Amino acid sequence: MKLFPIMGGIHPDYRKELASEKAIVPMPIPATLYLPLQQHMGAPGITTVEPGTEVKKGQVLARGQGLVSAPVHAPTSGRIAAITEMMAPHPSGLPTMTIILDSDGKDEWGDLPAAIADPFAASAQEIRDRVAVSGIVGLGGATFPSAVKLGLGNQHKLEILVLNGAECEPYLCCDDRVMREHADEVVDGARIMAHALGAPQIIIAVEDNKPQAITALTQAASAFTNVTVASVPVQYPMGAERHLTQALTGRETPARKLTADVGVVVHNVATARAVHQAVRFGRPLLSRVVTVSGGAVAEPKNVEVLLGTRVAELLAFCGGLSKDSRRIISGGPMMGQPLPSLDVPVVKGTSGILALTKAETKENATQPCIRCGSCVSYCPCGLVPVEMAAFIRSEKLEEAAKIGVQDCVSCGSCSYICPSHIPLVHYFNYAKGRIAALDRERRKADQTKALVSAHNARLERAAQAKREAAARAKAQSENPDAGRVNA
Amino acid sequence: MSIVVDKSGPFTHGSNNVQKTMFTVLAALTPATLFNLWLFGWPAIFLFLVTMLSCVGCEALCMRMRGDSPERALSDGSVLITGWLLALSLPPWAPWWVAAIASIFAVLLAKHAFGGLGQNVFNPAMIGRVVVLVSFPVQMTAFVPSKPLFSAAAPSFAESLHVTFGRGVSLDGISAASQLGFIKTELARGIPVNQSLAHLPSLSELMLGFHPGSMGETAVPLILLGGLFLMWRKIISWHIPVAMLGTLFVLGTIFSTMDPGRHATGMFHLLSGASFLGAFFIATDYVTSPVSKSGQLAFGIGIGLLTWIIRTYAGYPEGVAFAVLLMNALTPILDQHFRPRVFGRTRQGAPLPLKGDK
Amino acid sequence: MLLDVGSLAVMGVTLGAVLGTAAKLLAVPTNPIEDELVELLPGSQCGQCGFVGCSQYAAALAKGNTPITLCAPGGKGTIEALAKKLGVSADTDGHEEKGPEVAFIIEDLCIGCLRCIGECGSDAIVGAPKQLHTVISDACHACGKCFKICPTEAIEMRPIPPTIAGWHWTKPGDHSAHH
Repeated sequence: MKLFPIMGGIHPDYRKELASEKAIVPMPIPATLYLPLQQHMGAPGITTVEPGTEVKKGQVLARGQGLVSAPVHAPTSGRIAAITEMMAPHPSGLPTMTIILDSDGKDEWGDLPAAIADPFAASAQEIRDRVAVSGIVGLGGATFPSAVKLGLGNQHKLEILVLNGAECEPYLCCDDRVMREHADEVVDGARIMAHALGAPQIIIAVEDNKPQAITALTQAASAFTNVTVASVPVQYPMGAERHLTQALTGRETPARKLTADVGVVVHNVATARAVHQAVRFGRPLLSRVVTVSGGAVAEPKNVEVLLGTRVAELLAFCGGLSKDSRRIISGGPMMGQPLPSLDVPVVKGTSGILALTKAETKENATQPCIRCGSCVSYCPCGLVPVEMAAFIRSEKLEEAAKIGVQDCVSCGSCSYICPSHIPLVHYFNYAKGRIAALDRERRKADQTKALVSAHNARLERAAQAKREAAARAKAQSENPDAGRVNA
Repeated sequence: MSIVVDKSGPFTHGSNNVQKTMFTVLAALTPATLFNLWLFGWPAIFLFLVTMLSCVGCEALCMRMRGDSPERALSDGSVLITGWLLALSLPPWAPWWVAAIASIFAVLLAKHAFGGLGQNVFNPAMIGRVVVLVSFPVQMTAFVPSKPLFSAAAPSFAESLHVTFGRGVSLDGISAASQLGFIKTELARGIPVNQSLAHLPSLSELMLGFHPGSMGETAVPLILLGGLFLMWRKIISWHIPVAMLGTLFVLGTIFSTMDPGRHATGMFHLLSGASFLGAFFIATDYVTSPVSKSGQLAFGIGIGLLTWIIRTYAGYPEGVAFAVLLMNALTPILDQHFRPRVFGRTRQGAPLPLKGDK
Repeated sequence: MLLDVGSLAVMGVTLGAVLGTAAKLLAVPTNPIEDELVELLPGSQCGQCGFVGCSQYAAALAKGNTPITLCAPGGKGTIEALAKKLGVSADTDGHEEKGPEVAFIIEDLCIGCLRCIGECGSDAIVGAPKQLHTVISDACHACGKCFKICPTEAIEMRPIPPTIAGWHWTKPGDHSAHH
């Protein structure tokens, strides 16, 4: 298949061999599961259970609200112990509303929606509804509700569904294992999704460092003429949606548009498998495959984990941590988020739990910028990180925005390559967050101003009415006859 | 185990760092330097050491004034490059105090007065060279023909000490002009360039380096080798050297074809003076050159153009140092005007148009 | 000689004319800075800055003899906007920001006296005589006037807890480490 070049990018030390040959193993059901109401982009779910409720496996615990949201299901049977605020698996360490489920160990299924016998005869809406009630979100880590993304065919003319199996992050191999071990399910899920999207063509893109996955998928897809397996070069961040689209089709998604605007929708391979299970068997998203790896993990593994499992228990299942663990990360080392504690749960977007040693993180004191320009050469988005960071350092956020800080995808290539160890992406994350916060403050201030001026106008009107009334009264008392005559 | 969440990702890093980069550059300079030290003998070695020591000394002084420990002077290796390049840009038999003064200007004024590593606008080594060039033109243009170490013509160790550290050694008897200086003087006397060129070493001899000149000007193949090594190590890219040498060659060729009596050939421009050293090691200085590739092309073209103009029309026979400094001053502007195109946007910064909405 | 003088004179006149025209054409009408500053302030006349109202504070700012960090309801955003307008550095470090707040009415203590409603500049409190009043959090901008006037101390200014959606990384070098 003809491929197109993408600009910039790096070749980090992949270290996938730590876990890539370990087959997916299921983890025993933990005694207690912690299920945040918000494990996705959009509005948090609304609880449909009370503390004390007995629930069955697959039962809805919280339903989605609004257009962009997703429900939460019980990963196993048991009893709701509490619904309370607990630390979120997020670097802020802030609390989030969480359902605590005590497992009864029976793992009894509740009533599930019926399997859709022939998904290709079903309407697109039916498929989307099923994906929505199954709580499926983008499992690559972005956690955008998949049903919403499957609705893009309504407003856009779509040509290609790209299934993202690039898995360009170092260490992670959960997608690799899913593709190798469940290629048929992935291909079937992809075909169902393409049907819902109305996209005639499917390309499954896999970086060429995963030859077994490519073989397995090629075999699984051989019966379907509209499914192509594309081997893309190893080049971080090949798995970024817009870059993958460009590499496969040569189409460059305009800024502030979606890939759907150029006729392409990108979904993750694990999401496709989840769609397969939801449509063919009515099973909601209850678990996911997580790569547990890193130099500080005793036995790196790929584990099928129930959502809500505590990270500490998952790590214990993988032999525990060694003493020299320096960073605990959810996701990959390039774009993953540091975890504030081991007492946070695995959620839908957790593709990996990494415990890295100091030798692996290669952290170093920041040195002065020597303007080597590496960050400019390696930026896959054509930005000038050195200049943006300089603006942000002196708090000139508007200038930074003018040269594109909001076009940065935080892929981390610049920070990775910087010889002076300048935390460039950290600067950009700060700037993006701060700009958004200032925007919110400005909107709030505008709203206040509008309210205040409305209030003042009302007072002024009232005062005016009073003055007029007083004037009338005065006129009347001075000249009572006039009033009588007029009347 | 305590968990620290003090930074966002990435949580891995390439194996490159500032020190490694700097020492790679030094390694690339080593073959040419050793060859030149051999070529010009003990005085060159003494001068090299004096320059390096005084640069490091100045750096240590600045570290101290900034409240840092003076030993950190060597921590990033950048001052070694400054000293090294400065030494290579001096006439090998120059007296020690020329090197010392040049070092002071290079490190104290050009680098640390601007805020230290990464903050300087001008290439420190070139500032050092230009200051002594305009202040001490006699010492700075007294070149000697090569007298390789241990050859019969070479001065003894004691004589060499006298050359570098003694007072008023007269070089009258042995000094010679550089090729660029020679054709300029001859031209001023009314002798056309194509005739005076005949009195100079052939181009192949020029290339091998057995001719009078500053230390770094006389070992083109080894400099080129070092430059290619840096490109292979991805320390520098081809943009600045190719743009600069290409411009110089094209201009030289065009004008010498049009008027061979007035203009030297393109090859001559490339192989004489500091063209190669400048193209691969001086103009490519990270701090003082543009960060984007297109900016680097413009920067290289500018240096080539200015070098040719200065060599051809100005009072000084050699123009690389001046050209580099002039273009250094333009670097911030080049950085502003030569940005890469942002993904999904036009060069002007607007989102790319979709196919449908023209 | 004559040519020199002539050409210089012509150049001078031409350039002078160009500059003069440009100054006319490109002239930026200078608004009284005071009005622009009033625009930047919340306009609720809460008086927490120590001045009678927003326009008085703006007047003092325009004279340049008062700190730009006095507006509590405006928060950091207002300080930065003021700093930009006045061309001074936004030294928010010295300004102890108390973080976003919202007024809260303690139901047991409210006697339904309507005073807070009369005081609220952004119509953020609703209620009827002798009935429990309540705050519309979205409309409240924490000016604190209701808090001051409440006769039964039934109103509290409560901090709005930070949320994950509103959280962002602090600037590298600012101490953000939490353990």
